[in-house]
Amino acid sequence: MPPQKSDPLQEGDAASASANISAEALSSQKALSIDEMMVMAKTLRRHIITMTAKAGSGHPGGSLSSVEIITALYFNVMRHNPRNPNWPDRDRFVLSKGHAAPLLYAALAEAGYLPIEELETLREYGSRLQGHTDRTKTPGVEMSAGALGQGLSFAIGISLAARLDSKDYRVYVLLGDGECDEGQVWEAAMACAHFKLDNLTAIVDRNRQQIDGWTKDVMNTEPLEEKWHSFGWQTIKVDGHNLSQILNALDEAKQIKGKPTIIIAYTTKGKGVSFMENNPDFHGNAPTAREAEKALEELC
Amino acid sequence: MEASTREAYGKTLVELGGENENIVVLDADLSRSTMTRLFATKFPHRFFDCGIAEQNMMGIAAGLAASGKTAFASTFAIFASGRCFDQVRMSIAQPLLNVKIVATHGGVTVGEDGFSHHSIEDIALMCSLPGFTIIVPADAIETAQAVRAAAENYGPFYIRLCRPRSPLVYGDDYRFEIGKAATLKSGDDATIIATGLMVSLALEAARRLKGEGIDCRVLSMPTIKPIDEDAIIKAAKETGAIVTCEEHLEHGGLGSTVARVVAKHRPVPMSFLALKDKYTSSGKPNELLASHGLTVDGIEEAMRHLLDRKRA
Ligand SMILES: Cc1ncc(C[n+]2csc(CCOP(=O)(O)OP(=O)(O)O)c2C)c(N)n1
Repeated sequence: MPPQKSDPLQEGDAASASANISAEALSSQKALSIDEMMVMAKTLRRHIITMTAKAGSGHPGGSLSSVEIITALYFNVMRHNPRNPNWPDRDRFVLSKGHAAPLLYAALAEAGYLPIEELETLREYGSRLQGHTDRTKTPGVEMSAGALGQGLSFAIGISLAARLDSKDYRVYVLLGDGECDEGQVWEAAMACAHFKLDNLTAIVDRNRQQIDGWTKDVMNTEPLEEKWHSFGWQTIKVDGHNLSQILNALDEAKQIKGKPTIIIAYTTKGKGVSFMENNPDFHGNAPTAREAEKALEELC
Repeated sequence: MEASTREAYGKTLVELGGENENIVVLDADLSRSTMTRLFATKFPHRFFDCGIAEQNMMGIAAGLAASGKTAFASTFAIFASGRCFDQVRMSIAQPLLNVKIVATHGGVTVGEDGFSHHSIEDIALMCSLPGFTIIVPADAIETAQAVRAAAENYGPFYIRLCRPRSPLVYGDDYRFEIGKAATLKSGDDATIIATGLMVSLALEAARRLKGEGIDCRVLSMPTIKPIDEDAIIKAAKETGAIVTCEEHLEHGGLGSTVARVVAKHRPVPMSFLALKDKYTSSGKPNELLASHGLTVDGIEEAMRHLLDRKRA
């Protein structure tokens, strides 16, 4: 393969920019109502179960806990266009906790970036849907992730570029609470405040679990809100399964000037499936065919 | 028979912990996967879960070692090597501290998790550090002995284990020695030098080649650094051709190391079975290995080509 001269993902940009299409026309996503989003959330949960069960591996727990956050972003808040994933004016979503890839793929498919049928190729050899997100393979995926702790730094770069290019897009980053153990998260946290990045909103999925156990037992991150606050962030606490609270918080974040905002979203790992909730076995293990059947019964 | 190298590691840690109070173990939120959990349950006060903070873990391990402890630090191979490289270099390698990094989920056999979790550069990185001993055990029996040897010999070690259960290639009478290759099959037509999971494939390839009248020597090379120069030079002299086989990029792994020895002391035709120079993707472990030619067939084919070159 010859060395790449440019980022292949940027190629679509020039074309769309020169076409000079208005933002409204490009942004084909119609904002869903809360009721519609609740239905969508259930659909995404069903996808997560069937995808991981079919793949036989993957991370259902941390995918299920972030469902409402992603639903609010992709189906109400963000300006984006599935027909032009590289639209230069799009809002960006960076999935820092890259193991929640099944959820992101499900949302991208429901939004129209990918055929729904493709979801069942998750983790297969040759599939565009890699076990952890890969920006070179999947339309709509902004960042290659899977090694925790790197997303916020990447988002800073995107956010600074908006400033340089006088663009008004916003950048959203989803972090895990276990992920906040990583030092790089705090290097980035400091930098966000330093650069006064008010076009950047971070959301931490506070499901209080990581792999080895509860975060308070493995590596205590409390007081988490005070930490972010002392790093110069506006903090907002929400119930991470309550769509109107999430929408309000995302809206409030847009109004805050001169500093970044973090939404601490209190969630339940494995949310929506009784036997997966708060069950560490489903962090990194897929449901069996039987378990998937039971889960889908609960999700109808 | 198959067995898990990770389980062998966890069990050996428990034995060592009982024998030696100076042994401490660190992990980074992966103790269920690396199997350090076995030690943690038995010796909770000598186990430190550092959370998802691998760089911090390496620094802590170094401080413990500087205070007289034998520190085992575990996480996935990609994070142990790549993410912590400077911390390992500054805090462990140069000061030559007694830290044993036992990295699990090496290579591409983590499969479906994809490139973020595939450790394909770790041997090159770790071999580049002066003072480090690098070991890639071929099976669970060798893992247990290598972990014990690391505990009993001073200095920094990097031991790379894999995720899947793997075939046993050694018998109970096997004795692992740091820096020594094991001759698993004699033969004079050519040599296959393999490491890690590739050793069992090499044996099977040699068995099939024997059926075609090609008598290969099979060397298992658990220690990549310091490498067994004598065994390599002897194989070059006596068999005149060498194929290397490893679950790592061609650049900087077993093949590169063997080639350096061969070029210096006894140039012979060589062929290199390794991961190709590109990033990997999700797939079943066997599909991924096959896509890089790391199969019994691949070894056989490489050997036939190599023998043509040897004769030419
Ligand atoms: C750098 C790094 N270290 C370790 C891992 C292995 N790992 C994957 S998920 C995970 C736990 C993540 O916990 P959290 O961020 O709270 O995510 P969630 O509970 O929301 O799934 C770990 C340790 C990793 N992917 N990257």
